[in-house]
Amino acid sequence: MPIKAITPDYHGDFKDGVEKFHGNQIVNIHWEKHLMFAWPMCVPLPPAMPFGALIEGVLPGIFGKHPDFAKIDWNRVEWSTSKGAFTPDPAKSLADNGIGHKTTIRFRTPGLNGVNGNAVC
Amino acid sequence: MAAEGNSKPAKKLSLKENYALLTRGLGWEPSYEKKEDIFRYISFEGVKIHDWDKWEDPFRLTMDAYWKYQGEKERKLYAIVDAFQQHNGQFNVTDARYVQALKLFINGITELEYDSHRGFNILAREFPGVGPRIAAQMQSLDELRHATTQIHTISQYAKYFTGMNEFPYQFDRVWYLSIPKSFFEDAVTSGPFEFIVAISFAFEYVLTNLAFMPWMSGAAFNGDMATVSFGFSAQSDEARHMTLGIEVIKFLLEQDPGNVPLVQKWIDKWFWRGYRLLSLLATMMDYMLPKRVMAWNEAWEIYYEQNGGALFADLARYGIKPPKRAPETIAEKGHVAHQMWSVFYGVRDAVGFQTWLPSDEEMAWMSEKYPDTFDKYYRPRYEYWKSLEAAGTPFKNATLPQLCQVCQWPCLFTESGDPTTLSLRESEYQGQTFHTCSDGCKDIFDDTPEKYVHAWLPVHQIYQGNCFLPGVDPTAPDFNPMYEALRYMGIKPGIDGGDYKGSADATNWENWTSRPANIHEGAYTDAVRDTANPADASARKTS
Ligand SMILES: [Fe+2]
Ligand SMILES: [Fe+2]
Repeated sequence: MPIKAITPDYHGDFKDGVEKFHGNQIVNIHWEKHLMFAWPMCVPLPPAMPFGALIEGVLPGIFGKHPDFAKIDWNRVEWSTSKGAFTPDPAKSLADNGIGHKTTIRFRTPGLNGVNGNAVC
Repeated sequence: MAAEGNSKPAKKLSLKENYALLTRGLGWEPSYEKKEDIFRYISFEGVKIHDWDKWEDPFRLTMDAYWKYQGEKERKLYAIVDAFQQHNGQFNVTDARYVQALKLFINGITELEYDSHRGFNILAREFPGVGPRIAAQMQSLDELRHATTQIHTISQYAKYFTGMNEFPYQFDRVWYLSIPKSFFEDAVTSGPFEFIVAISFAFEYVLTNLAFMPWMSGAAFNGDMATVSFGFSAQSDEARHMTLGIEVIKFLLEQDPGNVPLVQKWIDKWFWRGYRLLSLLATMMDYMLPKRVMAWNEAWEIYYEQNGGALFADLARYGIKPPKRAPETIAEKGHVAHQMWSVFYGVRDAVGFQTWLPSDEEMAWMSEKYPDTFDKYYRPRYEYWKSLEAAGTPFKNATLPQLCQVCQWPCLFTESGDPTTLSLRESEYQGQTFHTCSDGCKDIFDDTPEKYVHAWLPVHQIYQGNCFLPGVDPTAPDFNPMYEALRYMGIKPGIDGGDYKGSADATNWENWTSRPANIHEGAYTDAVRDTANPADASARKTS
């Protein structure tokens, strides 16, 4: 049902369209079962950035201090978005891997589930 | 002036006659303007009112009585505030960790009183019935009074502690203060009926007892006589506001059966929004009160599950059901306080209050209060973080969060029944993606995306470059976006927030009071005189 408002056909303007981010797009990244990083991390990234550069250049700055991080076997990582699981091609861009503006990426590292495997830190 | 010779003393009216003249006698039928031109905002929401005179105000408060009562309350309150200031009452609180909670109060809650004043002012203009207009007018004045008394009371703390002197500025800019700000601005920009159901019923009637009861007794227990006094001064107003809330609901439901689904939708929405807002109180109660009176889950059981349960059983005869997302609030009650404190600790360099890890004594209390959740999900995290602090490599999270498009909290909440998986919800709308923190917030977004697409989400605003002071050059080689965004928000990095230990507030506290800045950890500095055990004091000096 459309909103009821004083003005007919009221519609707020879109505050966060991709054109407002100076060539970047917003990407949210969540490392599952490592809840001391207790929210999806929001970063602005160029859509042309290769997925491999996200792994090598962006994720270490966010999650690198976690003792599990150095142990990650990136070939075994399970990636997903709200559209379901996907296998990224590290040579291709974020956009070509289906990562659009405001996509949330969740990744799971089998065998690595937080300090002491308890998922909460 | 002309009639001074023949003035006879007026016959004194009974209270009932006086109130009837005020609320019925003051109204009139317009003769040269159409009613719908005068009351322009009363029909677009679809609520039907057939007879405004059916409105009953159980208080029947007349204006002269109102001014008299309020004036008395003010005189009492300001006498206490004066005494508090003369006796340096700010140093009588348990320790300066308590003051960190006051920072959240003055920066994030007092402004809501002012917003509420604005909202009730609008109702006092827009309602065609005189009874509800008078009630809204009085509440509008009450809310203005609440804002001013809180500002005056807390101003004494602001003279001695950091982070409280820029509250109106911060409210409009600080990233996490968009949580309360967006809540009330959503309400104020709704129609008059949605506003009154949102604030008078869902917020005041169903939820604010949580703020008044456990929080005010927590303030008393920690020696904050100033806060307790404004709490008491506001409490009798609060009783009137709550009565207005229940009266409104019954009036709307009795006027027309078509109002029932509208009211239900607003209850569902505003219960959830109010709950999300108030759960900040969960972390204030469980973590920021050095001496605790009641845990959040106990407060939720008493003030929502029991009292709210009875209320909704009573409203069932109108066809009203309990709020749709109430089960989620019950499932979360053992988690929210811990989840929030964890994220505040992680981003302590980007908030305007200081944080600390709970002491062993506090964790023992939490294990006892939260037997099903604390030891399993939160103690291991704190113990790990303690080991990192001890190793000199404390945990910090420097990356901004994905925010909920509706409540504007970071998406930090977990699935009901699965506390190690975040509950992330997404909606597609006109080709764009929108994130919400929960089913409750997703319901609200999906119902009226037209309104929420233009939410001012601070994280996105920072990345768009809209949160820097004039003259800042984002292309400069040494440009530090986080530092500049904090300056824009009015937060002094390293002073207002950060680690409590070593902060100006903690150190000043020990210098000024000679008492430990954290009663559970012992003194941080040798300004604390341990006369009972001088050996301990000198041991500290050398460590
Ligand atoms: Fe108030
Ligand atoms: Fe939310």
